[in-house]
Amino acid sequence: MDFDLLIGIFPQVLLDGITLGFMYALIALGYTMVYGVLEFINFAHSEIFIIGSFVGVEVLLGLQARGALEVWSPFLLVLVALLLGMVASGLLAAGVERVAYRPLRHAPRLIPLISAIGVSFFLQDAIRLFESLWRNSFNLVYPSMDVMNERFELTPAIDISVKSLVVIGASLLMLWGLHTIVNRTKIGKAIRAVAEDQAAASLMGINVNRMISLTFLIGGAMGGGAGVLFGVQYSLINPYTGFIPGLKAFTAAVLGGIGNIPGAMLGGLLLGLLEAFGASYLSLLTGGAFGAEYKDILAFSILILILIFRPKGLLGEVVRERA
Amino acid sequence: MIAMIKTLLDKPLPATVLVVALLGVSAWGVAHFPRSIVVFLLFQASIFLLYFARMPRWLKMSLTLGTLGVLMPVLGTINAYYMEIAIQVGIFVALALGLNIVVGLAGLLDLGYVAFFAVGAYSWAIVGSPQANLIFGGTFFPLSPWWFFVFLFVGVGVAAGAGILLGLPVLRLHGDYLALVTLGFGEVIRVLANNLDKPINFTNGPKGITPIGRPPIFFAPALRAVGIEPDPNVIYPLYLYALVLLIVGATVLVNRRLEDSHIGRAWEAIREDQTAAEAMGVPLVRMKLLAFACGASFAGAVGVLFSAKQIFINPESFTFMESIGVLAMIILGGMGSIPGAILGATVVTVLNLQVLKGLSLWFNELRNAGIEIFGYNLANLPTQLEPAKYERMVFGLIIVLMMIFRPQGILPARRRTRELTEPTDP
Repeated sequence: MDFDLLIGIFPQVLLDGITLGFMYALIALGYTMVYGVLEFINFAHSEIFIIGSFVGVEVLLGLQARGALEVWSPFLLVLVALLLGMVASGLLAAGVERVAYRPLRHAPRLIPLISAIGVSFFLQDAIRLFESLWRNSFNLVYPSMDVMNERFELTPAIDISVKSLVVIGASLLMLWGLHTIVNRTKIGKAIRAVAEDQAAASLMGINVNRMISLTFLIGGAMGGGAGVLFGVQYSLINPYTGFIPGLKAFTAAVLGGIGNIPGAMLGGLLLGLLEAFGASYLSLLTGGAFGAEYKDILAFSILILILIFRPKGLLGEVVRERA
Repeated sequence: MIAMIKTLLDKPLPATVLVVALLGVSAWGVAHFPRSIVVFLLFQASIFLLYFARMPRWLKMSLTLGTLGVLMPVLGTINAYYMEIAIQVGIFVALALGLNIVVGLAGLLDLGYVAFFAVGAYSWAIVGSPQANLIFGGTFFPLSPWWFFVFLFVGVGVAAGAGILLGLPVLRLHGDYLALVTLGFGEVIRVLANNLDKPINFTNGPKGITPIGRPPIFFAPALRAVGIEPDPNVIYPLYLYALVLLIVGATVLVNRRLEDSHIGRAWEAIREDQTAAEAMGVPLVRMKLLAFACGASFAGAVGVLFSAKQIFINPESFTFMESIGVLAMIILGGMGSIPGAILGATVVTVLNLQVLKGLSLWFNELRNAGIEIFGYNLANLPTQLEPAKYERMVFGLIIVLMMIFRPQGILPARRRTRELTEPTDP
C-alpha cells in the first residue's frame, strides 16, 4: 500500500468532504426543524431540495437564453438562482404541509409518514412531467461558467475550485442567517416555543399553525438553497437525484440528534467527511475490492448503528417515546 | 346505480345470473377483441363482482375456480400478454399479502420489503444458472430444474432468515425510525447486488444473471400420452400461472389462518397499543420477529418464482420504488385486510401494466397521426411524455389520497377500526 498517497490526498479529501458536508447540513436542517416541531419525518424534503435545484437551473437557463450569462457576474447569477430556488422550495414545502400533512396532524404517527412518502414519489414524477412538457428532457445540466470552474492551487497537490468556495461561503451565510432567525428574533422564539409545547405556546397567544407553516417555509428554503448549490457543484440533475442526498441528510440529522439545529450542522459535516473519506480510501485500503460505490452503504450503516446504539444522536436530548 | 348493484348482489339468484352473464360477456369480448384493454378490465372487474356477490359457498367456490382455473388460461392462450399480466398480478398479490402481515397486522412499517424478494430471487438465480460456477469453480451448476421446487422452500427459509437478521437489531426502534432503517436495509441489499461482482462474482453486478433455470415440465410424458406435443412457448406461461395461483392460494390460506390465530391477535394487539400488549403478556420481540420472518418468507418464495419466470434478473427489479409500489397496493386495498391486499395488488398492477402502457401507445398513435386540435399539432407532443414511465406518480397519488380521505382502504379489515378512527395522543 502506498502510504504516501494516503497522506498526500488527505487535505484534498478533507476539502471535498467539507463541501459535501455543508450541503448535507443545509438539507438536514429541514428534516430537523420539522421533526423538532411536529416529531414527524418529512420524507418529501428530498424532493423539496431537488426542486430548488430545478428552479435554479431553469433560472440560469432562462438567463442564458436572454444572453445574460456572459454579461452578468457569475456570482450575481448564482445569487439570483439561489434566492429564487429558496423562495420556490420554501413555498412548496409550506404548501405540501398545508395539503398533505395538516389534515393528518392528529392521526396515528405512521399515517403522516406514509403520506409524506406518497408526496415524495408524486413530486418526483411531477417534476419529470413538467420538464418533459417544457423542455422534452428531464436530465438537466447547469450551464457552465468559466469563472466558477477556475481552481486555486493551494499546494501542488491540493486545489480548490471557485464553485466549492461559493458553496461553502453561501452555506455559511445561510447557516448564520438561520441561526439568527431562530435564536435572535421573535419569530424564532415562537417557533422554539411551539417545538417545546404546542398547547402552552398557543395559550401564550402564538398562532401554532402559522408557526408550523413558517417552520416548513424556512426548512424548505434551506433545502432549496442547498439544491441550487448542489447543482452549481455537481451540474447534472434529474428528478430522482434528490432522493439519496435527502436520505443521507436525514442520516446526518439523526447523527447530530434530530430536532437539534446545531446537531444537524455537525451531523452534516461529519457525514460529508465520512463519505468523502470512505469514497476515496475504501478502495485504496482494500486493494480495489470495495470501491467508492460502497459509500452509500457506509451512510446507511451509520444510520442503522446510530439509531440502535444512540438514538438521541451526538447532541440530542432524550427522544420522547410516543405509543 | 351503485346502490342498485348492491341490492342485486345481495340476492343469490339475481347475483349469480348477473355475475355469470358479466363473466361470459367479458370473456367473449376478450376472446374476440384480444387487443382491447377495456374488455379485459371488464373481465377483471367481473371477477371482483363475483367476490362481493352473495351466493351459496359451493357455487362461489366453483365459479371462482372455473374463472381463474379454466377461463383465464383459455383467454391467456388467445393473447399471451393477458397471461403475462395474470402472472404479474399473482406475484404482486403474494407480495402484498406478505407485506400485509408486517404492515397491516403487526403495524411495523417496512419500507425495504423488496429486499426479501431480492434475496429469494437471487438464491435461485445463482444456483439455477451457471453463475454459481464462478463462485465455487467447476462446472457443477446449474442445478437440475427439479431443484426449483426445493428452492421454493429454500427461498422461504433464506428470506425468513434475512427477516430475522434485520429484525433482531432494529425491532427496538419505534414506528418511523423502524421505517427508515428498513429503507436503508433495502438500499443496502440493492447496492450489494449491484456491486458484488468483485472481488468474488456473486451477483454479476448490474449486468444481472441469466439464463436462470425454469421448473421442469414433469408432465410432458402425460401430455404426449393424450396426443399434445408440449411446446415450451405455450406451456410455460400456463405452467407458471398455475404455480403462481398455487402460491397465492397458499399465501391466502396461511394469511387467514394466521389472522385468526393467537399469533395474529398478538400482532394486532401490538399494532393497536404496544405497551398494553406487553402488559397483557404478549412477547413483543418474539412476535415482531415472527411477523418480519413470516412476511419475508412469502417474498422469498415469490422471488424464487420470479427469477424462474424472468430467466434474467438484475438489481433494477428490486428498487425502493418496488417496495413503495407494494405498500401502495395494501394501502389502497386496506391495511390488514386480505381481500383488500388482493384488490389493491390487482388494481395497481393492472394500472401500471395496462392502463399506463395503453395510454403510452395511444399517445404514440396520436403523435404519428399528427392531427391538429385547437391549432395544436399533436405530432408536437413531447416525446418524453410517456405515461408508462410515471409509476411513481400513480403510487404517490394513491398513497396521499388514501391517507387523507380513506386511510382504512377500499376494503377495510373488520377488526381494524380503533387505530385509524381514534387519535392516539400521548
